[in-house]
Amino acid sequence: MSDMDDAVREFLVESYENLDRLDTDLITLEENPRERETLASIFRTIHTIKGTCGFLGFGKLESVAHVGENLLSRLRDGKLEMNDDIATGLLQLVDAVRHMLGSIESSGAEGEDDWSALKELLSSLQERDAAAAPATPAPLVRARRERDVVAASLPGAEPAPTKAAASVAASPAVAAPAKSKDEAPERSEPEGDKHGAISESNIRVDVVLLDRLMNLVGELVLARNQILQHAAQDGDSPVAATTQRLNRVTTELQEGVMKTRMQPIGNIWAKFPRVVRDLAKMCGKEVRLDMEGKDTELDKTIIEAIKDPLTHIVRNSIDHGVETPERRAAAGKDREGRILMRAFHEGGQVNIEISDDGGGIDVERVRAKIVEKGLLPPEAAARLSERECVQHIFAPGFSTAAQVTNVSGRGVGMDVVKTNIEKIGGAVDVSSERGRGTTFRIKIPLTLAIIPALLVSCGGDRYAIPQVSLLELVRVEQENLAASIETIGGVPLYRLRGNLLPLVDLGAELGVARPKLGRDGSDSAANIVVLQADGATFGMLVDEINDTEEIVVKPLGKQLKGLCCYAGATIMGDGKVALILDVAGVAVRGGVAGAKAAARGKQAESEDAAEAEKHALLLFRVGEDRRVGIPLSAVARLEEFPRSALEQGAGRRVVQYRGEILPLCSVAEALGACETQGQDGPLQVVVYSNKGRSLGLVVERILDIVAEAYTKRPAKGGALEGVAVIQGKVTDILDVEALAQSLDPDHVAFGLEPAGSN
Amino acid sequence: MTRIEQYCTFTIGGLHLGVPVQGVQEVIRYQELTRVPLAAAEVRGLINLRGQIVTAVDLRRKLGLGERADEERPTNVVLRRDDGAVSLLVDEIGDVLEVSEDSWEPAPRTLKGGARDLISGVYKLDKGLLLVLDADKALAVEGRSEVA
Repeated sequence: MSDMDDAVREFLVESYENLDRLDTDLITLEENPRERETLASIFRTIHTIKGTCGFLGFGKLESVAHVGENLLSRLRDGKLEMNDDIATGLLQLVDAVRHMLGSIESSGAEGEDDWSALKELLSSLQERDAAAAPATPAPLVRARRERDVVAASLPGAEPAPTKAAASVAASPAVAAPAKSKDEAPERSEPEGDKHGAISESNIRVDVVLLDRLMNLVGELVLARNQILQHAAQDGDSPVAATTQRLNRVTTELQEGVMKTRMQPIGNIWAKFPRVVRDLAKMCGKEVRLDMEGKDTELDKTIIEAIKDPLTHIVRNSIDHGVETPERRAAAGKDREGRILMRAFHEGGQVNIEISDDGGGIDVERVRAKIVEKGLLPPEAAARLSERECVQHIFAPGFSTAAQVTNVSGRGVGMDVVKTNIEKIGGAVDVSSERGRGTTFRIKIPLTLAIIPALLVSCGGDRYAIPQVSLLELVRVEQENLAASIETIGGVPLYRLRGNLLPLVDLGAELGVARPKLGRDGSDSAANIVVLQADGATFGMLVDEINDTEEIVVKPLGKQLKGLCCYAGATIMGDGKVALILDVAGVAVRGGVAGAKAAARGKQAESEDAAEAEKHALLLFRVGEDRRVGIPLSAVARLEEFPRSALEQGAGRRVVQYRGEILPLCSVAEALGACETQGQDGPLQVVVYSNKGRSLGLVVERILDIVAEAYTKRPAKGGALEGVAVIQGKVTDILDVEALAQSLDPDHVAFGLEPAGSN
Repeated sequence: MTRIEQYCTFTIGGLHLGVPVQGVQEVIRYQELTRVPLAAAEVRGLINLRGQIVTAVDLRRKLGLGERADEERPTNVVLRRDDGAVSLLVDEIGDVLEVSEDSWEPAPRTLKGGARDLISGVYKLDKGLLLVLDADKALAVEGRSEVA
C-alpha cells in the first residue's frame, strides 16, 4: 500500500463510494425502469471507472466496465428496457468491479480471475432484448425541459466542468440535466456530493487528522477555561474583553471540529437496498425498503459500530419477519412486504427503528423455546408478559426459526446485536404484534467522544459516571442513616420507595476510603447515586456529588486495561485527570450484578438479571434448622426489638413501631416448628407490609438474600407457598399474604387504629 | 567499525540507568498524578500530557527500591510506545550519553531482585556503569492487582 500511487489510491476511494451508490441506483432503477436520472447516474459512474482504469492501465477492469457501459448506453438510449435479468447482470458487474478493486488495493494488480463469462452475459443481455424494447423519446424531451428550469434556478451548477460532467459530454441532453435534477433540488446543502458541479467545494480529509484536531481543540478548551478563571479575577481589563472573544471562538471551533466527524446515517444505509433485494430474492419474497431520516447525523465511530448490528436486524426482518407473497396474500396483505428504516434525533440521542409489516414474533413459540433451552423454568416462562417474552430473542443461542437457513436462524445473532449496541452505550428493544409486524428500536448516543457525566468525589479523587447509567441521586441525612440503611448478609441495602436497593460503597470497593457503613456508623450524610447497568439497579455510595459536565472520553493505557471498573479517563477543567467509572464493572465488583455477569460467561445458564430479581428471596431460619424464604419484594424492613418492648394487644403479641402498633407473628408457630427463641436476646423481626397492613414476622435468625432461580414444589399447609432447593438446601417458601390473611381475616388496618378497637 | 548509540540516562535509587534515546518522546518535570485505585502498585497514576492521558509507572516500585521521600518529586521520562505514550517516573534525569557498542556487556548475574529482570545489559563508562533498562519489561504491568 505504501508505494501505491496517490492517483490509484484516490481512484480506489472514489470508486468504492461510487459502487455503493450504484447498488442503490440499480435497485431504484429496477423499480422504476424509466427513471432516466438514475440511469444516467449509473452510466456516468461506470463510465468514470472505465475511463480512469484506462488511464491508470488496468486493462481487465476497463474491459469489464466497457461491456457494462455498452449495455447501459443502450438502456439509456431507450433501446433496451430494464428488467430483472439486466439488473442482476449489472449487479454482478458491480461485484466484479468491487472484487478487482479489492485486488488492486491489496496487491496492486487486478488479479487473475477470468471475467469473460460475465462479459458474455452482459453482451448477450444487450442483444437479446434489443428488438423488443421500444424507443422512448418522450423522456428526453422532458429532461431537456427540466434542465432549463434547474439551470435557471442554479446558475452556478451547470457550467463548471467536472470529471463526471465531462465524461458524459457525448450525450449532454440526457446526462447533464439528469444530474442537475438528481442532485441539486434534493440537496439543500451544497456540500452533499462529490460528483456534481459543486465537487470543488469538497476535500477529502484523513480521519486521523480530524482526531488530532479534536484532541487539540480539547486542549484549547482546557486552556481557555483556565484563562477564564484568571480573567474573572481581573475585572474590567482589556484582557477580559479578549478573553471573552477567545471564549466564543473556542466554543465555535469546538462545535465546528465536532461537526467534521459527523456523518449522515445514509452513508451506511446506502448498501441496504442491495442487501434487501438480494435476500428477498433468495428467500423468494417481495420486499420494499423505505428509509426515513437519512440525513440524521452521527459520529463516525458510532456509524461504524452500528453497521453490522443494523445489517443483522434487516436480514432477520426479511428472513423471519416478512412472509412469502402467498401467505401475505392469504392474510389479506399486500404481496410486497415493507421494511422501514427510520432515524431521528431525540433527547440528545439517535433513534433508529427498523420495522417490518410481517407476521410478527410468535410469542408462544418464544415461550416454548425459552423452556426448551432451559433459560427459565416452565412456570416462570408462563408468567412472562408478551413483552418480556419477546425480549428473550436477545438471549444467546436463541432462534425461533423453524429451520436454519443460510440467511439467519443460526441462533448467534440477536445477542451479538445487543452486545454490540450496548458496547457503544446504546440500547435495543423489540416490540411485535402478531400478524402486524415487528419493530426494533435502537437508541444510541450522538457521539462516543464527548459524553455527559456526573462527577463525584471519593477518597479525595474525582470520578466521572456516564449519565446514561444514572437514574437518580439520593441524599440520606446522618440522623436517618441508621434507620434507612440495613445490612443483610453483608450487603447494605437502602429502601428506595418500597424497593430494596443494594448499595456499593465506592470508596471501599476501590480501596481508597474507609467503609462508610461500618459498625460504628457513619459520621456524615450519605450520598447515593442510583445507577443502572446490565439490567441491575444499585446505589453507589460516594463522598460527594459534584456536578455534571460534558467530558471527553480518553482511553486508558495498556497497563490499566485489565481493570473492569474504569471505562476510560478524562481531563477536567482544571487540567487534572479523572477516571471514568464503568458502571457495569463496578456493579460486578460490588457483587450486585454478579449473577448476571456469571451467566454471561456461561451461555448455557443464561439467567436474565430481571428474572433473578424476581426470585430474590430473603432467607431466614426458624426453629432449630428450618430454612424459610420469603420474596424480597414482600419485605419492608428488618428490625430488632428488645424483649421488653413486647406488649399484648387484641389478644396478640404486638410492639410499638414507628408510632403504630405492629402485630407480631412467630413464623415457627405458624409453621409448627418448635420455637427456640424463648430465652433472651432481641427479637428478630421481618416487617411485612401490604395495602396499609403491617405484620412482624418473628424469626430465629436472618440468613441471607439470594437471587436464585428455583423450582417450587407444592407443599401442604396454608402458610406455605411451596418447597424449593435453594443454595443446595431444602427451603420452605412462605406465603406471607396467606399468613397475614389467616391471622387477620377482616383486614383491619391494625397499625392505624388503637388496639382496643379491634 | 563500532556503532555508537545514544542513551537517555537517569538515576533511580543510586542506579545509573539508560534507555535508547529514540524511544524517548520527552522528559518533563513532575506532574500531578491521579491515582488509579485497584491498579498494580507500580502504576502511580495518570498524568495529563497536553490533553493526552499517560500512565505513569514508578520505576522505584518496579525495581523494588523502596519509596521516595515525600518531598522528592519524580521526573517523567515519557516513552513513545506503539499504543501511545507511557511515562517512567525516575529520581533524576541525566545527560544523553553516547556509548560505543564495544563497552557493552550482559547484565551481571549478581544484580538483585527486580533489577535483574529489567536490565538487559551494561555499558562500562569511564566513570561507573550505565545499566540499560529493558523498557518492554519495565512497562509490562499486570493489568490487575485486585484481591478478591
